[in-house]
Amino acid sequence: MRIAVLSGKGGTGKTLVSVNLATVAEKATYIDCDVEEPNGHLFFKPNNIESQDISVKVPYVKQEDCNGCRTCVSFCKYNALAYIGEKVIVFDDVCHSCGGCVLLCPQHAMSEKAKYVGNIKKGTSENVTVITGILNIGVASGVPIISELLKRPLDKGTDFIVIDCPPGSSCAVMESIKDADYCILVAEPTIFGAHNLKMVHDLVRLFGKPYGVVLNKCQDGDNPSERFCIENNINILMKIAFDSELGKFNSNAEIAARVDSKYRDMFTGLLQLVAKEVSHETATSP
Amino acid sequence: MKIAMPVNEKSMETTICHSFGRTPYFLVFDTKSMESVFAHNSAATSQGGAGVKAAQAIVDLGVEALITPRCGENAAEVIKTANIKMYKTINESIKDNIQAFNDSKLSTLDEIHAGFHNQAGK
Repeated sequence: MRIAVLSGKGGTGKTLVSVNLATVAEKATYIDCDVEEPNGHLFFKPNNIESQDISVKVPYVKQEDCNGCRTCVSFCKYNALAYIGEKVIVFDDVCHSCGGCVLLCPQHAMSEKAKYVGNIKKGTSENVTVITGILNIGVASGVPIISELLKRPLDKGTDFIVIDCPPGSSCAVMESIKDADYCILVAEPTIFGAHNLKMVHDLVRLFGKPYGVVLNKCQDGDNPSERFCIENNINILMKIAFDSELGKFNSNAEIAARVDSKYRDMFTGLLQLVAKEVSHETATSP
Repeated sequence: MKIAMPVNEKSMETTICHSFGRTPYFLVFDTKSMESVFAHNSAATSQGGAGVKAAQAIVDLGVEALITPRCGENAAEVIKTANIKMYKTINESIKDNIQAFNDSKLSTLDEIHAGFHNQAGK
């Protein structure tokens, strides 16, 4: 069972929900796909870390073999190539590693070289296998690392996977949720929060994923995100109160479900609810 | 001398466009013959790398000086490699900028931003 946790904006509580959900499972794999700023590992403090470098392929031009035909420049839909002063210039950051220019070059002047973009770290924290993607500073797209994170073989006996997504609803999020069985949308009780909830809601519907909402930082008074859920008949899985105690756990990088029985019970309830939703979903739409 | 600037419409009365890569048109002006040509910027609608593509077009048009309010780093690299001079616009008026260029009153564009990468105007 793959559960993706996402939200339209940062700071709503994706990592809070992901980390605690993985903690209350008997055995789980937590995958941090927020590769620009992964912070799940701060809570899990995993041991026995194994690291693997990730690179992508970018074109390399042997200028002396180039005859200036510009086939590569006009082919590249991302405009990663320019032909200036009888030389091909490659803009690595704009390149999407499609390899088309190398295939099409009539002079065979182009080949591919590896560009190091980040790494993946894997470790364990009690019952949880923690896998973290880290994108190098200055690299434009985290998608290659996310795709690598999600295709790694899992340890035996871990069939429960929590995917902590990047914020927003862009390519990186789509890559993170595409194979998920269920999506949990985390939302804040603000107008901005509701607006961003609508964006991820549109996204998970577009992907045809079953989903439910966790309302975080709930206080007395109007909750625009809750209103959005009620108006659109969206399943509210859980409400987390705006609680200074929980804030302290977080600031101290403690996992609430490991240190407090109230939160352990709360997230166990969420896990059971989501598991039920997923089994119901497989039964009705296999 | 052939100079170019990003402009919003195909008219000498129009204003300078704030975006280099995604400007709808480039005005190419010959300071000797006083001839003006408005070139459509096909990079304006590209998904990404608009600056690179627009800069390539500027190079291919045979422009010797570019006058623009700002320029991203990828586009600037292309422009610099092609030895095209870059100047900063003084205001939104095409005529004022041409006049200032002719009077050698424009300063070179030194601040190059990191690029908006699809975020411009959003």
